[in-house]
Order: sequence, then C-alpha cells, then structure tokens
Amino acid sequence: MSLWSRVVNVFRGNRLNREIEEEFETHIAEAVEQGRDPEEARRAFGAATQRRQESHDALVVGWLDSLRADLVFGWRQLKRNKVTSFAAILSLALAIGACTSAFRLIDALLLRPLPVAHPERLYVLSRQGIGFDDKPGSFDSWMYPCFQLMRAAAKGDAELIAVSYADRADVTYKTDQEMEKANLQHVSGWMFPTFGIEPALGRLFTENDDLKPGAAPYAVLSYDYWSRRFGRDPNVIGRTFHFGDGVYQIVGVSEKKFTGTEPGTIVDIFIPTMMHRGVTRSDWTWFRTIVVMKPGVAGEPLRAKLAAITHAFEENRLRGESGLSPETLKNVLANQVLMEPAPTGVSGMQQDYNRALGALGVLVLMVLLIACANVANLMTAQAAARAREMALRVSIGAGRWRLVQMVLVESALLALLAAASGALFAWWSAPFVVSMINPPDNPARLILPADWRVLGFGIALTLIVVLLFGLLPALRASSVKPVSILKGGDDPHSRQRLMHGMIALQVAFCFLVLFVAGLFVTTFERLSNKPTGFSTERLLLLETTSRPKQSSLYWDQVADHLRAMPGVERVSQASWALLKGVGWNDSISVNGGPPSTDLAYFMNVSPGFLETMRIPLVSGRDLRESDTYPNAVIVNETFARKFLNDVNVVGRSVEKASDDGSRERMQIVGVMRDADYRGVREPMLPVVFVPFHHMGATGEMRTVSEETFIVRTASANPLALAATLRQEVSKVHSKFHVSNVRTQLELNQAQTVRERLLATLAFFFGAVALLLAGVGLYGVLNYSVQQREREIGIRMALGAQVDDVARRVMAGISVAVAIGAVAGLALGLASVRYIESLLYQVKATDAGVLAIPCLTILLAVVIAALPAVLRAMRIDPVAMLRVE
Amino acid sequence: MSAISEMSEDVLRAEEGSLYPALHRMEEAGWILAEWVTKDTGRRARVYELTAAGRKQLAAVESRWETVTSAVNRILRTV
Repeated sequence: MSLWSRVVNVFRGNRLNREIEEEFETHIAEAVEQGRDPEEARRAFGAATQRRQESHDALVVGWLDSLRADLVFGWRQLKRNKVTSFAAILSLALAIGACTSAFRLIDALLLRPLPVAHPERLYVLSRQGIGFDDKPGSFDSWMYPCFQLMRAAAKGDAELIAVSYADRADVTYKTDQEMEKANLQHVSGWMFPTFGIEPALGRLFTENDDLKPGAAPYAVLSYDYWSRRFGRDPNVIGRTFHFGDGVYQIVGVSEKKFTGTEPGTIVDIFIPTMMHRGVTRSDWTWFRTIVVMKPGVAGEPLRAKLAAITHAFEENRLRGESGLSPETLKNVLANQVLMEPAPTGVSGMQQDYNRALGALGVLVLMVLLIACANVANLMTAQAAARAREMALRVSIGAGRWRLVQMVLVESALLALLAAASGALFAWWSAPFVVSMINPPDNPARLILPADWRVLGFGIALTLIVVLLFGLLPALRASSVKPVSILKGGDDPHSRQRLMHGMIALQVAFCFLVLFVAGLFVTTFERLSNKPTGFSTERLLLLETTSRPKQSSLYWDQVADHLRAMPGVERVSQASWALLKGVGWNDSISVNGGPPSTDLAYFMNVSPGFLETMRIPLVSGRDLRESDTYPNAVIVNETFARKFLNDVNVVGRSVEKASDDGSRERMQIVGVMRDADYRGVREPMLPVVFVPFHHMGATGEMRTVSEETFIVRTASANPLALAATLRQEVSKVHSKFHVSNVRTQLELNQAQTVRERLLATLAFFFGAVALLLAGVGLYGVLNYSVQQREREIGIRMALGAQVDDVARRVMAGISVAVAIGAVAGLALGLASVRYIESLLYQVKATDAGVLAIPCLTILLAVVIAALPAVLRAMRIDPVAMLRVE
Repeated sequence: MSAISEMSEDVLRAEEGSLYPALHRMEEAGWILAEWVTKDTGRRARVYELTAAGRKQLAAVESRWETVTSAVNRILRTV
C-alpha cells in the first residue's frame, strides 16, 4: 500500500466504507459462530462508527479527501442556485477572457523577447530633438555611410545591425502580370549569425553577402512565407524573383521562430542591405540600427562614442548647406543620440499601440474588478442565507480553517469554470483584435502563441480572482458564532457595510471605464466627422507602377484609355493619393530670401485633379496640359497665408529650396481650399500641387515610375470596376501594372483605425461594466429589502409613508453610489494624462465628457433600484406581521 | 482481542473494534498485506499476513521495547 492507493481511495470513499463495514460484520459474525452472545459481541467491539472513521482516515489522504468532499458540496451549491451561478460565471468568464486577451496582445507586442541569442543585449539607436520639419520628435532612421562609421568604431564593444523598415513591396516570380505583395526587408548580412539564427533550408546571409553595393542579389525567405506561399517546397532554393529593378535568387529559409525584429509585421523576404539604393547616400535615412552589446561592455561610453560620430558626420554633411534655414541647421545638429534597450525588437506598431493597449488593459482590469465585486456580494448574500448551516458545522466541531476552505473551494470552482470559458473567449478575441488593427490590404500580423507565459498569466489571474471575491466572504462566513445565530442573527449592519463598500468600488471603477470610453468615442467621432476638404465619393485608386520608368506622356495615354471605359466618369493622376501617409517636403524662399524653417509639402497632380477630388478653387485657374514643372503651381490657403501673408497670391512666385542647394522658381496660377494632405490628425499643412510634365535639361520629358490613377466611377460601389480597370492598365502598355487597388474611403478610414479600435472596445467594455454594476446594485438592494421586510412592514403598519420607505431603502446605497462616483471622477481625472496622446480635440474637463458617465450611471442606478423599491412599497404590513 | 485479555490475565483490555484501525494503519505502512478470502460460510473475510518490511519493523520495535523495559527494570532494581 502506498500514497497512490490512499489517493485512489479518496475517489472510492463509499466503497471503502462498505469494505470496512463488511470487515467489522465478519468479525462479529465469527464471534457469534464461536458461540458468543450477539449482544455481548457487539458491545465488546466498541463504537463501530468511530472505528470506521479512524480506519477511513488511515486509508485515505486526509486533505485530499476533505477537498473532494468540498468540491462535491460546492458543485451542489452552484447547481442549486443555477441562475446566479450562471450569471456569476458568465461575467467572470468575460472579464477573465478579456484580461487574458489583453495580456496576450501586450505580451506579444511589447513584452516577449525576440527569439534570438541574448535578446537582453539588444539596443536600438535613435535621435531625439528638433527635426528638419522644425517639429520636435524622435527619429530611429539612419543613413548608411554613417552606420558604417559607427559600426567600425563600435568593433569590440558591440555589433551594429542595419534593418530597414519592412516594406510591402511588389515582387514577381514569373511575368509582371502576376505581381504580388510581400513584406520585404533589407538586413545586414551578419544579422543571422549575430542573432544565432539557423537556416531551416539552404543557407542564410553572412558578412560576405553584404560587402559591395549591388553585389549580392540573394534573398532569404521567412519560414512563415515559405509555408504560405510555397507550401514548404524544398525546391524553392535557386528560384528567382523580380523586385524593383533587380532579379534576386532565393538561397535559403530562416528558422521558424524568427519572423523579423518588427513585432506586428512578419517579414516574408530578407535581402542584404547592400542591395538597397540608399546604401551610398549620406542624405537618405531608411533603416533602423540595432546594437548588440558584447557582454560586460558599459552602455554609456559606447553611446557617447556613437553620438560623437553621428554629430561629426552630420556636421560634415550639412556644412555649407544652403537649402536649410540656419535655425533648422542648428536644431538638427543639436539632436541627441539615444541608445535604448530593445529586447522585444522595435516596430512602429509598438510605438503606436503601447499606450492604446495599456489603456485597454486597464479598462478590462476594471471590468474584472467589477465582476469580482459582484460575485463577492453574491457570496456574501449567500453566506447570510447559510449562516445557520455554518453555525451547525461550528457547533459539531468544524474548525474555522475547515470552513474557510469549504467556502474558498466553492469560489475556486466558480472561478475555474469561468477561467475555462474565459480561455475560449481569449483564444478567439486576441486574433480578432489584431485583425482590426491594420487596413485589409496590409494586415498586422502578430505571433500570438498560447504557451506557458499565457497559461501562467491565466492561472495567476484565476487565483487572484478567487482570493479577491472569495476570501472576504469566506472569512466572514467562517467567523460565525453559533450563539449569535441562536439569538436570531448577528449584526446585520456589518454585512451591509461590506456590500455597500463593494457597491462604491463598483461604481468608482464603472465611472472610470465609462469616462475613458467616453473620451475614446468622442475622439473617434471628432476625427471621423472632421471635414477633410475633399470628397471620397465613388473614388477608386489604382496604384500603378511601370518598369522601367516611363515618360509622363505614356502615363497620360493610360489615363486617356481609362477615361474611355464604360462606367468611368473621371480619371485624374497624382503621385500618390491624399491621406496615403506619405509626403514630399522642401523649404520655400520668398523674394530670394533665406530658406524657410517651415516646410512646404508638394505633390504632382494632373489637370482636373481638383475637380475629381472636389477641392474648390478659390482664385486663379487649374493646371493645364501645357503647364510644365515648375512653371505653374497651385497652392492652398494655408500656404498663401503662411509664406505670403496674403490670400490673393495668384501671379506671384516663390522658390522651392532643396537640401542640395538648388532652387526652383514656381509661379502660382491658382489658390485652392485647404484639404488634408498626409494625415487627419496633424494641423493643416502648406501644400503645393505641381504638374507631372517636367522637361529635362535636354528638352525631353522626365520619366515616372509610380503614379496613382484616381477614378470616379459611375456606380456607387467603385470596387466593382477594380478587376476590369486593373487589366485595362496593362493592356495599354505591358510595362504598366497596377500594384494595389483601393478606394479613397478606405484610405480615409485607415487614418482612424486605432481610434476606431479603441472606441469600439472601450464602448463594449463600458457597456459590460455598466451592466455588471447595475446587476450588482440590483442584487444588493433586493437582498437588503428582503432582509428588512419585517422592519419595513412594522414601519408601514405604524403609518410610514411610501416615499419614506423608498428613502430608507435607498439611503445607504445612495451614499455608496455618490462616494463611488466621486472616487471614479478623481481616478478618471488623474489617469487622463496617461492617455492624452490617444485623444483628439477632447479635454477631460469638457462638460459633455463628464456628463456621459454621470448620467449613464444615474440612469443605471434608477433602473437597478426600481424593482427593489417597488418591492419594498408593496410589502403588506398585515401579511408581514402575520408571519411572525 | 480476547486473546490479549486472556494472555495478560485481564490486565490489558481493549475494545475489539480498535484492532481494525490499527490493522489498516499497518497496512498503509506496508508492514502487513491484506487479502479478501471467501470462507466456507460464504462470508468474505480479510486475512492479514506479515510482509518482509513488517518483520523487520517488528524486530526493530521488539528490540527497542526490550531495551526500554530492561533499562527501566535495571533502574527499578538499583533504587
């Protein structure tokens, strides 16, 4: 016999008891057979029940046995109150699931170290200060020649790795007609060996692949892309594809665990940095610099060394620069170089979403606490109903901890059921939220493993939840004094105080959730209702590329062809669509003065672009076919005001001053209304629309490699024409192909993706919090009326008025609600500065923003309180007195 | 049990039922092995048998008992 048999015996308790019983019976039967008197034999045997218990205890693991008994008992309790148990489990499941889901997202994006050797030694270099656009900011992009100097200087202390921003690029494996998108990233050849990444197939890059510009047209695929695109075909090695102007050969597939250093994007294709056109340019910043420290090297001296090199490099580059204002020059040279830890990699999504996810995490935590308070109140009310049972248990010798264990086991059972359903919810909801993050043509992809980290979090959360809602009621229930129960109940007010405290907490958290949700919803509303200055109606955007570059006259032919298609109303061209998020800027010089500190923003457009976008012309004329760059331009009102202090600027000219010192004289032929250019959140930019036609020095038309055709369709759904137009573009000229089709509306909506996500989720959790708090309030009020039925009956018999009764019922609760609301308000105002960067044109102190949670909670309180008050008023004093 | 009281000439007396918890504890300790057998009467009974470990334990406990009692006896004689 062993521990194992004692564990097994726990689960066959009844059989065990029967066997012991049988053994006893055999003993007595044998005694009788030997001629003893049955009465005497039984007496001599002693107290059978006690002996049986002793034997039972010897044959089982004691604590496990009591646990099993508690589980069975707890399960029966839960089953007895089916509706309340179900409500409690559902609300807890939702809250636990939401918290786990939030943790999965935060962990995957912000906490999980990269699967590389020694992620703790990774740092990222950035510059902080005033940028070329005269605005303060932090910039983590670098120029390659400077990177080479820094890498040489850091030798021995650290390895520097260049990693370009993953780009959704056009690649073709066969003909240009079968162009597809892939996330492409230029990386230093020594990245794989430095990170300790092994090939899954073929070979990875080494330093030798990254020595001379353009010398190594090789590509490494990520495991994910290899599986998705090629079905893990081992023959992929040696295949080639076109990207840009080059042909690349696939040499290997990287290890499965490594998906790049940008959480939120899974890289498909890696290419050596030396294949990037910017690799010899000192004025082109296009990649991040990751520092891998050698063990035992101090960070600060290295940072100072790299900062000195950067400073010297920039000073040298910008010396004698005539295209920048002296002030900008001074500011840019004063930029600080930062070296920050980056064990989790570095990505734009991290920067965009860390606040947002943090805020969501706090919201779901609040919902969890509200749910816990609810269940705690439920358990307290049940404990009151079970006071007699507890008193009985104490009287027959149950120890206090035994009772605590019994109630806690019941709580744990509840939490466990909730956690299991919550896990299902988290399993579904985390990928769902990720899918909402980016526009459909460039989905965010986050590795969301359900591993020991998530499991550990879930278990810890469940334990905490059990303690949160179970411990207090358990301690209260176990502290029961049999004497006071016999006297007719202990002090009912202490229990009420506990429940009212819980209500105050719930209201405070609920207020906070509603307040923050209100801020997010208002932000989203303001941003999406903000006029952009142009119309998106029926606009289809065909992002088109040509290889090699084509003369803009050819591009015009394509536009003409599209215009002739049925279902097409208008076609215009632009270098890119408005609100695509890209820009082209330069300084402006007026009357031969110095270059401006403020930058102007440029864009090539075709004649008729204003009409297609429905941007009104204020004065002057539109561009004409005969206009050539830079002789005729259209500026917006902000430009006119900012650089010329005037609205009537038609006929005046300004000079565009480039970094390289060149100046181009531009004649203003028209002024247009302001319209958003790059993003809806930033202040209105001074914008210049310039013609596509650009004569070179020798008199031939300049060539263009990318344009966007902006098509106004006749049908309400512009995407209906997408497939046809895509084919037509290539029909005109086989060198042209559409790389991406979307609508202007999609682009506009993509501007507020984060705000929409926050508003939707915050609204959802606000509703859940309100519902839970309302249910909690209803439960407590109902309970207290039930407890005080006798008292109320007597009062009414003695002539109390209906409103007096209602006031009495509501008195305690009102105070709790008021305290909770004030606490919630204080919490809200204190926390608002952490989310300020997520808000748009909305202040925490706006009357409307404050009114939303106040009114909603008031309404919820009234609705939740009504049934209890009605019940109190309907109490029949005669019936009450008769019961007694 | 009756054997105990007879052999000790009624000095040691115990409830017969208390034998079983003791047996069960010894069984859990692995000193004895139990088996259900069916008697001629059709009734099932549990038969216990000393194991090797049980024999060892018995020897150990017996020798400890001897040591203690002889020590006590020696003390009683000298006083």
